[in-house]
Amino acid sequence: MPIPEGVKRISDTVWEIPVSYKEGMRVPGRIYATDKLMKEMDAGVFEQLSNVACLPGILKYAYCMPDGHWGYGFPIGGMAAMDPETGVISPGGIGFDINCGMRLVLTNLTLEEVQPHLRELVDALFRRVPAGVGSTGVIKLSREEFKTVAEEGSRWCLREGYAWPEDLQNTEEGGCFKGADASKISRKAIERGFNQIGTLGSGNHYCELQVAKPENIFDEATARAFGFTIPNQVAIMFHCGSRGFGHQVATDYLELFLSVMDRKYGIKVNDRELSCAPFRSPEGRDYFAAMTCAINMAFANRQVILHRIREVFSDVFRKDPRELGMHMVYDVAHNTAKLEKHEVDGKKREVLIHRKGATRAFGPGMDDLPDQYRKTGQPVIIGGSMETGSYLLAGLKSGAEAFYTTAHGSGRTMSRHQAKKMVRGQTLQKEMEGRGIYVRTASWSGLAEEAGIAYKNIDDVVEATELAGLSKRVVRLLPLGNIKG
Amino acid sequence: MRKVAYRYRDDIALADVAFEAWGTSVEEVFISAADATMNVMVEDLGTIGRSEELTIELEHDQLDLLLFSFLNELIFLKDARQLLLRVKSLSIRRAGEKSILKGVVYGEGIDPQKHPLRVDVKAVTLHRFNLRQTDAGWEASVILDI
Repeated sequence: MPIPEGVKRISDTVWEIPVSYKEGMRVPGRIYATDKLMKEMDAGVFEQLSNVACLPGILKYAYCMPDGHWGYGFPIGGMAAMDPETGVISPGGIGFDINCGMRLVLTNLTLEEVQPHLRELVDALFRRVPAGVGSTGVIKLSREEFKTVAEEGSRWCLREGYAWPEDLQNTEEGGCFKGADASKISRKAIERGFNQIGTLGSGNHYCELQVAKPENIFDEATARAFGFTIPNQVAIMFHCGSRGFGHQVATDYLELFLSVMDRKYGIKVNDRELSCAPFRSPEGRDYFAAMTCAINMAFANRQVILHRIREVFSDVFRKDPRELGMHMVYDVAHNTAKLEKHEVDGKKREVLIHRKGATRAFGPGMDDLPDQYRKTGQPVIIGGSMETGSYLLAGLKSGAEAFYTTAHGSGRTMSRHQAKKMVRGQTLQKEMEGRGIYVRTASWSGLAEEAGIAYKNIDDVVEATELAGLSKRVVRLLPLGNIKG
Repeated sequence: MRKVAYRYRDDIALADVAFEAWGTSVEEVFISAADATMNVMVEDLGTIGRSEELTIELEHDQLDLLLFSFLNELIFLKDARQLLLRVKSLSIRRAGEKSILKGVVYGEGIDPQKHPLRVDVKAVTLHRFNLRQTDAGWEASVILDI
């Protein structure tokens, strides 16, 4: 669509929606995009980003990453930093799938070694990692045990034998965000989620076998530090979140905020999906504690899936996962709100960062990074469409201007229904197989909806983040096999 | 067979699913919206059997948010009890400030062999959520998170 009137170009990769764009904007909107990506932004981005800019306590700008597109409340690719004392917290700035995120796991196997076992691996993963509508996991927990998982995240997994100690170090915040309080989650949220640990879900969630070809290594030293040391090395990337548990937590608090926002706190919003409460209010605190439970459950979910992946590789190659070098590169969350310390107008202070379809990308030298990534900057995992490939990036010092945030994926340009009209799932599976990508899916129409044509070009998105100084390319990963929810 | 009284919209909410549903009465629009939501997850609603029957009772002081709660209840039951559900009967009455819904839904447990499954619905969003009375009856606009 044409760029709306009033939107200004600041540089080659930065665009601004001025406060005059809409009544009530407290700060300008800022979109990171090249010319090409800017022209691909849909109308929802401008409407939603300018709504975000109206929220109380927002600092600097309402941000949108290059993969931005129409969401609900915030656009996907949206980020806002709030003053914790005067600002609000909103489920619409996090998403229903709280701590939807990406995890990348290495092997020391090459493409040549994996190729003969590809079908066997994908078929086994499809059996061992349940996917699709209403799927449930194999781990049977009582509702009380589930509350412990929600408070402890990956730490619970380590105790139960589903994690290696190094996995926790390589997960954002050690796989357990502070402040989780299971007394703030509803019975309904527990009922929805307690039997879903270790499940992938549906929609754009997937688990993919990938290869790093030598020509796709952009920064050899950093790639080496991230564990890519042999040519044509195979890795596994997966994308999922907090399942029905997180969805219910968000729904519960959206309803609660709707009932108190205006009546009790006098806050008005342009979109009811942006329902919110002051962060320091009882309702805001309760949501933060409940949402943090969902964040931790999602870490546990991805950790258990990692455990299953290690088991599958171990079964197929008849070797211990450690012998197969199945170390985790990193786990990033891309739907969260969290307290972080950032420099704002020359002063270091605590801010509440909402990221919705946006990834934290800490630069080199930052305190919260594990030792091995202190020099390189944080690994950032960007999932592309299942046809085109994905990226491993690294955070940069210059990311400070966007509170160390970058893109999360390629971003859609086509509706699900439209994609389904253009592509048939079965045909797509055959075509992809012809190109050497073996896919198993829980749903043919679900597969068609995720076709590559429905997405922006991942290379464009990643290039835009690099040009804007938000993150830099390290490795491009090509798909070999995929299981789709 | 029940008349299809909803359509999906291509032009909004790219990653999610937007639909419009309608009916001559407020009850009918609720039933259409329930089918529209379920049809996102199951290709052919006719495959949903009748082995389970549940009563749903909800109330809200805003009629549109009663619809929001009703659709959320169906999504909750899909995860908590792995049930695919359709409406058998439904009535909505006013009691002072409140609208009170009483419905009977039928359905059965999710079975990928029997039900052609599509994509999971995570939640009902309030973005552009709207329920309105028209000359012809009632219409709802809903965006579901996928």
